[in-house]
Amino acid sequence: MIKFTDEQSMLLETAADFCRNHGPIEKVRASLDADDIDRGLWQEMSDLGWLGINVPEEYGGLGLDISSIVPVVESMGRYLLGSPYVSSVLVAECLASCGSDSQRSEWLPKIVAGTIGTFALTEEDGSWVLDDIEAVGTVSDQTLHLTGTKMFVTDADVADLIIASVKIDGAVRLVLIERNQIPPGNLSREVVIDQTRRSFRLNLDGIEISASQVLAGSDLKAIELNSMLMLCAEMSGGLTGVLQVIVEYLNTRKAFNRLIGSYQSLKHPSADIVLSLEAAKSHLYYAATLVSDGDDNAETAIRMAKAQASEAFAFAGDRAVQFHGGFGFTFECDAQLFLRRALWCQYQHGDENYHCRLLEPLLLDQAV
Amino acid sequence: MTEKELVEFRAEVAAWFRDNAPDDPGFLLPETFMEVGTDEQFEFLRDWQHKVYEAGYLGMAWPKEYGGGGRPQILQDIATQEMAKARVPFMTNTIGLNWAGPLILKMGREEDKKRYIKNILSAEDIWCQGFSEPDAGSDLGNSQCRAVRDGDEYVLNGSKIWTSLGTYARHMILLARTSTEGSNKYAGLSYFLAPMNVPGIDPKPIQKLTGEYGFCQTYFDNARIPADCLMGQEGEGWNIAMVTLTFERGATGGQAGGISSMELTVNDVVELARRVKRNGKPAIEDPDVRRQLVNFLIESKSNRLMGVRSTIPALASEWPTAVMMSGKLRASELNRRLSRFALSMLGANAARFVSDEATDGGKWQRGYFNAFSATIGGGTSQIQKNIIGERVLGLPKD
Ligand SMILES: Cc1cc2nc3c(=O)[nH]c(=O)nc-3n(C[C@H](O)[C@H](O)[C@H](O)COP(=O)(O)OP(=O)(O)OC[C@H]3O[C@@H](n4cnc5c(N)ncnc54)[C@H](O)[C@@H]3O)c2cc1C
Repeated sequence: MIKFTDEQSMLLETAADFCRNHGPIEKVRASLDADDIDRGLWQEMSDLGWLGINVPEEYGGLGLDISSIVPVVESMGRYLLGSPYVSSVLVAECLASCGSDSQRSEWLPKIVAGTIGTFALTEEDGSWVLDDIEAVGTVSDQTLHLTGTKMFVTDADVADLIIASVKIDGAVRLVLIERNQIPPGNLSREVVIDQTRRSFRLNLDGIEISASQVLAGSDLKAIELNSMLMLCAEMSGGLTGVLQVIVEYLNTRKAFNRLIGSYQSLKHPSADIVLSLEAAKSHLYYAATLVSDGDDNAETAIRMAKAQASEAFAFAGDRAVQFHGGFGFTFECDAQLFLRRALWCQYQHGDENYHCRLLEPLLLDQAV
Repeated sequence: MTEKELVEFRAEVAAWFRDNAPDDPGFLLPETFMEVGTDEQFEFLRDWQHKVYEAGYLGMAWPKEYGGGGRPQILQDIATQEMAKARVPFMTNTIGLNWAGPLILKMGREEDKKRYIKNILSAEDIWCQGFSEPDAGSDLGNSQCRAVRDGDEYVLNGSKIWTSLGTYARHMILLARTSTEGSNKYAGLSYFLAPMNVPGIDPKPIQKLTGEYGFCQTYFDNARIPADCLMGQEGEGWNIAMVTLTFERGATGGQAGGISSMELTVNDVVELARRVKRNGKPAIEDPDVRRQLVNFLIESKSNRLMGVRSTIPALASEWPTAVMMSGKLRASELNRRLSRFALSMLGANAARFVSDEATDGGKWQRGYFNAFSATIGGGTSQIQKNIIGERVLGLPKD
């Protein structure tokens, strides 16, 4: 039911080593709210070929499916690494399935080589329903005039291409915006809870692109599910990281002459957390298997994984703060870094309540 | 074995259980091996185990020379899965099959293996477990029941409690104190493969919360057992008991296989939700019920998937023993909460108990009460969480 090839095992090992070496927490702290992405890290990731894993071979990639990225993203999540990696591979994935031949041959080889891509989907009301949007594209001659505002556009300032959702003639379509088509002043940095993320607000007003920049397909559901799978991978890694922070403190801090880990009110929730991690990791690789197989149940598996991990990681982050006492309340304590990451992941592409609601018909209203 | 052979084997077992599933006996069967309370229940279940063994679907991977099948473990795993799927009654000699048996195979003497293993499989000899005492349950190391060497016998005095199958058992795995000296409470404990049918051993049934019977208090009054019942050396009892518990909790393999309870699955509860009404409408249409069912479906899927993932070493987490060490805790707690939730769908009828008027004869209420057998027996859930905290995460002891 869960498949994991030798090839994937090797990638997992490499990724785990790589991220461990790049992930000392001081380095993560140095990157908080940074003005630029870590260029060295980005170069190394692209040198390793990670940006082409899911890109078809004819465009210079490895031609594997998107689920092959999971071990890399899980390892990055383990050490809280931030980078435009996930958005770039997802943009490549989207172009490969929804783009025209010329869009594919123009952009996919570039992404493999390190060109950064990102998405502009969410709008001001924060809705998770991706076709629930107001942004509009109006065609006149061969030009598309965009209006509206997009939020949570990660790494938009360094992205060479942004895929945005807009309504054209009433239908939601995806358009490809190039960096030089965005007037300066249309991008502004957002203050977001996870400071390892570099998030922007993108004002579409005044942006004009060629009508040929509309993607042929507009499979928002694929974008949603792929994004969720990546978030689940980050959360599985993050849960591991935060639990290590908890265990380490419980094994060193003393109160009343005892190590605090000997108190069951800390020990038992920690046991719950390790089991929730085991569950998250299991759902993750099961969902990845179904995606890879093109199985119809992939949607159910991904929503289950997202619901379970969102709740579990946020709980672990919350407990991590509490279990550090006064130190837990400080910026210096690493617990907050994980709690912030957990909340970001929980509220991107739907929290547990949202997905459980969507799972009800999928799980309960069909013949057993 | 090839994939094809395994598929064929699965089909063969499934067909066998379909064709041979016993008819409804006309009386209420127990739900786990810890609840066998009447002679008719016991005889029915013993005969059924015997039949399954004769068909070759129990102890398949145990050595042939002692009565096992000498075949690959994977076949037994498949047979056990199909047994569960077929919803046939459980194997009543669970203590023999899944903890005393593997223990004897691992640590017993050659003559013990020859003497005990086959009869465990065939249900000829039922085994019980004499670990807990009135004042030593979670704190098992505090056991006080005495075994004093006298010539080539040991003389037993004291009592054990919560002895499942105590009145039906021919043998007991017994933890008793041979010495009160020693550096700590564990040092004086010894382990016996003790006969039950000797003068001075008296199992007295105790009524369960459901009103039925199933376990005993076992009294020892100058009971004499042969000295060669001692397993290992005097003073090794604690270590052997710990090995026993790893078999009992499924934390290591080597068991004979077979199911030891009638499993309640989340799909049974979904099915109940479709056919019962809550305030005039099918329960499955109630928003609260729907939400909770989805949560249970996710949790139950988590448990299944953990088992699957744990067979792929590359996907182990940074705490690789967590899945194995938590099986009993996860399954028993889910089962308890699921049964309790099932009651909530019955409206005012949730307040009935076993009777004709109750939904499904009161199966849900009885099931909920019986669910505590596994959250308490074999080490309580609280103790299991300690174990996960300490042995999986490496946290300090209480
Ligand atoms: C149906 C059933 C069948 C059984 N069959 C057998 C059998 O065949 N043979 C046998 O030997 N035993 C058997 N048992 C006994 C079982 O193993 C014990 O009941 C169990 O280990 C708990 O011990 P206790 O009853 O003394 O409870 P106690 O140890 O007195 O526990 C009382 C409460 O305190 C909690 N507690 C105790 N210590 C701690 C701690 N350190 N930290 C946190 N909480 C703690 C427990 O979780 C529990 O909630 C059976 C029990 C049941 C319910």
